[in-house]
Amino acid sequence: MSEIRIITGNEAAALAVTLCEPKVVAAYPITPQTKISELLSMYVETGTLKAEYVRVESEHSALTVLISASTVGARVFTATSSNGLLYMHEQLHWAAGSRLPIVMCCVNRGVGAPWSIFNDQQDSMSQRDTGWIQLYCRDNQEIIDTVIQAYRIAEQVYIPTMVCYDGFVLSHTMMPVEIPEAAQVKNFLPPYRPHTFLDPERPRTINPVFFPWRRENAEGVLCDGYMEMRYKLQRDFDTSLEVIEDVNVQYTDLFGRNYGGLIWEYQTGDADIFVTGMGSIAQEATLAVDALREEGIKIGVVGIRSFRPFPKEKLIHAFSRARIIIVFQKAISYGNEGGLSTEVKAALYGSGIDAPVHDYIAGLGGRDVKTRELIAAIRDTLERSGGGDCKNKTTWLNCHRG
Amino acid sequence: MYEIIWHGRGGQGVVLASEVLAEAAYLQGYKGVTSAPTFGPERRGAPLAASTRISHEPIRTFSQIEHADIAVVLDDSLFKVVDIWGRLKEGGIMVVNSSAPPAESSIVKKVMIIWIDAAAVAREHRLTAGGTPVVNTPLLGALVKGWNYIALENIEQGLAIKMAASGAYKNFQAVKSAFSKAVIREYRGTHA
Repeated sequence: MSEIRIITGNEAAALAVTLCEPKVVAAYPITPQTKISELLSMYVETGTLKAEYVRVESEHSALTVLISASTVGARVFTATSSNGLLYMHEQLHWAAGSRLPIVMCCVNRGVGAPWSIFNDQQDSMSQRDTGWIQLYCRDNQEIIDTVIQAYRIAEQVYIPTMVCYDGFVLSHTMMPVEIPEAAQVKNFLPPYRPHTFLDPERPRTINPVFFPWRRENAEGVLCDGYMEMRYKLQRDFDTSLEVIEDVNVQYTDLFGRNYGGLIWEYQTGDADIFVTGMGSIAQEATLAVDALREEGIKIGVVGIRSFRPFPKEKLIHAFSRARIIIVFQKAISYGNEGGLSTEVKAALYGSGIDAPVHDYIAGLGGRDVKTRELIAAIRDTLERSGGGDCKNKTTWLNCHRG
Repeated sequence: MYEIIWHGRGGQGVVLASEVLAEAAYLQGYKGVTSAPTFGPERRGAPLAASTRISHEPIRTFSQIEHADIAVVLDDSLFKVVDIWGRLKEGGIMVVNSSAPPAESSIVKKVMIIWIDAAAVAREHRLTAGGTPVVNTPLLGALVKGWNYIALENIEQGLAIKMAASGAYKNFQAVKSAFSKAVIREYRGTHA
């Protein structure tokens, strides 16, 4: 029997990792991630998790340890937040370019300067182009289930996967979580057997310098150049769209919980007004939708679970009847707009959907976002949309702009 | 949905009390429970809050509680430094630990007041930490006396989940004692 426990998001993540039985964990503590590294360290000390816990002096080293361990064929885990993730930046690219199925939790936190330990999603959003799959969770149940799914996805497509969830809002809030049974997780997630790994018995060179052209190796075999390697990573991201969906279906069959794969929808059946976002803010938006529906407004939420790969086709389908789209996001691409709005607009380009996409920046550095504030913002948007002048305007929700 | 804010000072155990209440509520059959600390750094002695949400349906809101149904005050000196009244709903419940019953003039909203000298209860049950009486768990007993949505035996089980058996036993004796000693002052108040 699976057990239900009332736990924080960080505890959910640490339990999920334990169930997935990585061989190496390396992490550097940083608020609000700290509890994961503490728990995993304890699980290793007490023998609950039979893994090597490598103490490191920085996040850059944490990921470097995992790159090495993954290269010799180990399943691995790390977690970080904010500036810790940014300090990993170089190695994020390296892990993805090396096609290592590393799984990491990013406990989303605002980026300094100025210092903030509080939640937004600027940290992971700013790592968009490092070649990692990014999945966002809306509650602690989804965290435990997504970490388990992440290993299956990563190991199938050889792309590292980041499981992102909102710092404090989820990482420090306790709620009931069903803990999957260990035997079932084993059934779902077979031991990691990489197609290629470094082994003293079979020496090989990994990641030599690549030239702009294709080139024959010592055996006379024509090998990929740098650009072919890049193409293959992008091609496998395309494949990962299907894999994320398949893994979700299989997970649902085994565990009975369905997260929608790439996106999830709430009350979208007859909706022509759509709210979209990632993580806990999208979950909060479902309450705004409940309230607005009582007034007869046909509104629904499309939650984006996978930011990379970006589910363009899914969104075109989900927004096919959209009259208005409202994006609430906890990050800003300076000099343009919220990055998620840009992505949504680009996905719709040429699709025939010409609904205005309203761009809202919310909750930066832990600024609280209440249901009533989302309701007011949606109402305000609907009123403005009546006037017709609503495109390309960014609104800073609940922010003093004097 | 019921929303409860626990007002205390760092070290008084507001987070633990909130967690025990969430566990007890879940055992009581509420499918939706959350317990959250004040987000951010915590310092011993500094004003601090924790919050509990209890609902029949899974909880989808993670924003801060604006106006609680119930305020539990572990340290009555906080009335001077924290806007405890401002964050409590009209018609709600105020549970206060203080050595004497709250003065009528201090009650500024139409709420039920549950008063308990939790420090005295803690001392009586030798429930102390570093010489200081532990008031968080006795307040759970006082709370459910006036707000009878959660049975004492579920508080007992909630304590057993969060602490070792001997501690849970001792704490539950204090909970029961506080339950019997708490004084309820029904809805009245100067603004009534």
